[in-house]
Amino acid sequence: MSTRDLILDAVKRNQPQAVSLPDVPRFDRDEAPLLELFKANLERMGGKLAEFTAGADLNAWVAENYPEAKVVCAATPEVSGNRAITDETDPKTLENVDLGVVRAVFGVAETGSVYLSERQLSVRALGYLSQHLLALLDPADIVGNLHHAFARPEYTDNRYSVLMTGPSATADIEGVLIHGAQGVRSLTVALVANGDGDSITV
Amino acid sequence: MKKIHHAEASSYFIEAKDNEAFHDQRLWDLRQKRDREAAVIPEFQELRNLASQIKEHTLTHLAEYLEQFEAKAQANGVTVHWALDAAEHNRIVYDLLTDHSVRTLVKSKSMLTEECELRPFLERRGIEVIETDLGERIQQLDNEPPSHIVVPAVHKLRGDVAKVFARTLDTDPDNDDPNYLSEQMRVKTRHFFVDAEAGMTGGNFAVAETGGVVVCTNEGNADLSANVPPLFIASVGIEKLVPRLDDLAVFIRLLSRSALGSPITQYTSHFRAPRKSGEMHIILVDNGRSERLGMEEFWYSLKCIRCGACMNTCPVYRRSGGLSYGAVYSGPIGIILNPTHDMRKYSSLPFASTLNGSCTHVCPVKINIHEQIYGWRRVLAKHNQLPFVKKAAMKVAGKILSDPQKYRKTIDVADAAIEHLPRFLLYSRMNAWGRQREVPAPPDQTFHAWYLKNREGKQ
Repeated sequence: MSTRDLILDAVKRNQPQAVSLPDVPRFDRDEAPLLELFKANLERMGGKLAEFTAGADLNAWVAENYPEAKVVCAATPEVSGNRAITDETDPKTLENVDLGVVRAVFGVAETGSVYLSERQLSVRALGYLSQHLLALLDPADIVGNLHHAFARPEYTDNRYSVLMTGPSATADIEGVLIHGAQGVRSLTVALVANGDGDSITV
Repeated sequence: MKKIHHAEASSYFIEAKDNEAFHDQRLWDLRQKRDREAAVIPEFQELRNLASQIKEHTLTHLAEYLEQFEAKAQANGVTVHWALDAAEHNRIVYDLLTDHSVRTLVKSKSMLTEECELRPFLERRGIEVIETDLGERIQQLDNEPPSHIVVPAVHKLRGDVAKVFARTLDTDPDNDDPNYLSEQMRVKTRHFFVDAEAGMTGGNFAVAETGGVVVCTNEGNADLSANVPPLFIASVGIEKLVPRLDDLAVFIRLLSRSALGSPITQYTSHFRAPRKSGEMHIILVDNGRSERLGMEEFWYSLKCIRCGACMNTCPVYRRSGGLSYGAVYSGPIGIILNPTHDMRKYSSLPFASTLNGSCTHVCPVKINIHEQIYGWRRVLAKHNQLPFVKKAAMKVAGKILSDPQKYRKTIDVADAAIEHLPRFLLYSRMNAWGRQREVPAPPDQTFHAWYLKNREGKQ
């Protein structure tokens, strides 16, 4: 008998009496505007929020806010960058990227997270090897809580999905919170409406 | 197997007074953060009920969900392996690594691979294994197992870490600033992610509906381990299954809130298929789980999602440190998991508890931990595994407590004894509890004597 069948046999033999599967409600609540809640949680988790007035020049903003970034790799057309990326790019070559720029699909107010898959990242490692990450998010695309997030079709469509919440962090030495553990040192979410390139005022 | 003596082992930790005091305070702080987070979510208790029921449903239909998960994962282009025990798991990993000519493996923290003792197995065979979680790396470099399932080096102070890093990573021995030490870790680990031929993670959840493995981390090291090297292996215990994404939402809402008191981990990643030009393998590991599923009283421990909340709240764990349990899993959850692997070796662990029930109270999946600890004491008594001192003491206590006259006489004598006995008798080696604490001063009068004098015959 194969190991697989041995395990499945033992499991079947030992399964306790059946318990039914509950329905999971979505726990919708009337609460503060989603954007405010999103912002509060993102900042609590160490992320930053950048708000833009209409017509703001994103490239100029990037140059101004990341003056030390020599290699800027943008996987979204809204920022130019100086390092090209396609889904064929070898992840290792992203080692020296200073700033990665992506467009997130949606945000989660409950946790301050943004959703990314490899469609947005081009190469998954862009979200982790970059020293800093800038994620564009349409403020209209914020869901209330994680029940709504995991109900999104992206989870069954995409090969890799991640909810990113602030920069990488550790508190493994005496509980001292440090941002920039192994992944990105900072995560900024820039509120930029999707599609026509129009920016909005918040 | 050598028996673990928890009380004796904890005395070493208690002697390190600064470490013990910090440990106690740091973990209690995590417990308080957990409480604050729980209070913010009105449906927190409802989520715990749902989580408990979903886990019980999954475990009572586990074979079905394992088969569904396997079929989905295979359809996604993932190779699924099955391992009956630690030996088979380690063999599968080793064969995969040699087939791909892997010399260096980057790894994120996984209690399952600790359970299987994978690292020493691979190192003995010439494969370099790099733990990439900061706490886990500190423990690897110091040649110690993790002392906590979420914060592996929580028993160490910054000075301890500075010494370990200076010795092994050639850092400044006089600089114990956590910022400096974490930055050194970052700088000295980064090239491993780029150069390693393989990466490995555990799995917090496996979703039957999607065939995906979900990994929850803060440092970004799991996503680097899984997404940069061309070969990715995820080891997952068979009890980690959940049926649907709807169910996953419940657990993600509970996990980091219970563990660290944060609304979510920095990264919640859902791996369904290999990266472009890469390979992904999932190893489903039994290692005693299917057998535990058949234990009428103890199968509930399989609901555990490894958040560590029970450890943070436990007064015995906070004062004795994780290493004193002499096992992969420490704290209250360790007390009920370890004896299912080896009852004799871990026979002292069920006594490392005050049965105060705090562990059960904070468990996000509502495992009746303290009742199971008591259950294990009964099983140990039945199998004649009680420590001699406890057995002898229980016999005497049984006689005295069943006879009110004997009891009163004993109390009088005992109170007098506390006042008059020499210290070496009261705080002898037989009494582990007496080693770090003082017996309170005896009252002038027992309640019974007071009652007879003041209330007898009065209304």
